Amino acid sequence: MASLRDIQTRITSTKKTSQITKAMQMVSASKLNRAEMNAKSFVPYMDKIQEVVASIALGSKDVKHPMLVSRPVKKTGYLVITSDRGLAGAYNSSILRSVYKRIQERHTSKDEYVVIAIGRVGRDFFRIRGIDAIESVTGLPDQPSFADVKEIVRKTVDLFSEGAYDELYMYYSHFVNAIQQDVTAKKVLPLTDIQASGGRLSSYEFEPSAEEILEVLLPQYAESLIYGALLDGKASEHAARMTAMQNATDNAKELIRTLTLQYNRARQAAITQEITEIVGGAAALE
Amino acid sequence: MKTFNVNIVTPDGPVLDTTVELLSARAQSGDLGIMAGHVPMVAPLQIGVVRLVTGGKQSELVAISGGFLEVRPDQVTILAQAAEKAENIDLSRAQEAQRRAEQRLQDNQDNVDFKRAELALRRAINRINASQGNL
Repeated sequence: MASLRDIQTRITSTKKTSQITKAMQMVSASKLNRAEMNAKSFVPYMDKIQEVVASIALGSKDVKHPMLVSRPVKKTGYLVITSDRGLAGAYNSSILRSVYKRIQERHTSKDEYVVIAIGRVGRDFFRIRGIDAIESVTGLPDQPSFADVKEIVRKTVDLFSEGAYDELYMYYSHFVNAIQQDVTAKKVLPLTDIQASGGRLSSYEFEPSAEEILEVLLPQYAESLIYGALLDGKASEHAARMTAMQNATDNAKELIRTLTLQYNRARQAAITQEITEIVGGAAALE
Repeated sequence: MKTFNVNIVTPDGPVLDTTVELLSARAQSGDLGIMAGHVPMVAPLQIGVVRLVTGGKQSELVAISGGFLEVRPDQVTILAQAAEKAENIDLSRAQEAQRRAEQRLQDNQDNVDFKRAELALRRAINRINASQGNL
């Protein structure tokens, strides 16, 4: 049985750990709040751009744009959105597991796909498995503004236009609520599943022409799809970390409870033993 | 005078939501003036300043970079990658950005970076113009 002192040390250290996890939980909770607000303020932009894209792309049948056309797939791009740091429960591993499984199912050789990694965990995951991400970004702030991610997002869309890959999927964690986040795979490019939201399509005049507008509009649309996923992913990350830290704090509390019980038992055993010794000693004198 | 609603939204959130009589913006095909009852239209915008007029007076300037304009009978929406109201622009930061961009233009011969620096320069100048009120 562990000595009194050993148990005491363990209790103290567990307490300290639980203070840290508790603090991290609260930090994540406030970050989650901000992330949710960011995601919310992005909604009007996304809705609007979707509406306009839908009305142009569906409204005029004769418009052509490379981003709207499915070409034969020789190479697939995977955009993987993970976090930079761990301690977020299964957040990263569930995304990575899902991508990796998909890649192994669909591809036989490394020439058939490329990976773009956002987040250190994802980048390192692929590097260990001998897949170097062609583009990667790490060190994104917890509340990324559009300017922060513009570079990578533009690059991703440009690579498609240049023909580096013929389709692009993104993998990220969709924020459902604070305790549920779902790994989501979404086809970004080519933009084949543009749906009319609301059903009512306005007919516009185009200045100068529909083609030239699509030239500006579609990349911007694809970029905002990715940015939206990123915001979603960030919210999930904070939520996942919050839950993980909550669990860690709860576990620490439970551990402290058992240890305290053990400690008290050991203390009483020691006292009992002492008394028995004294009584024994006194009896021996008589 | 008849008025209409103007909305400027960016990925980072709405920037402006107001009612005006006249909106003037620089589209890729040239300057556009829009008043209430305009035909529905979509036009890509240049990096430039959007001018809003209410009650015969100029009421607001907004620096816009990258985006487009959508006109509906009662509603105009500008979807921009970045937009800043003139009064919110940090002039010294914009000037600093301009200086950096000019510097990069001078010592960089690489084509891609050249284009990016040029765009950055245009955005910086645009912001300075908007904040100083000259168009």
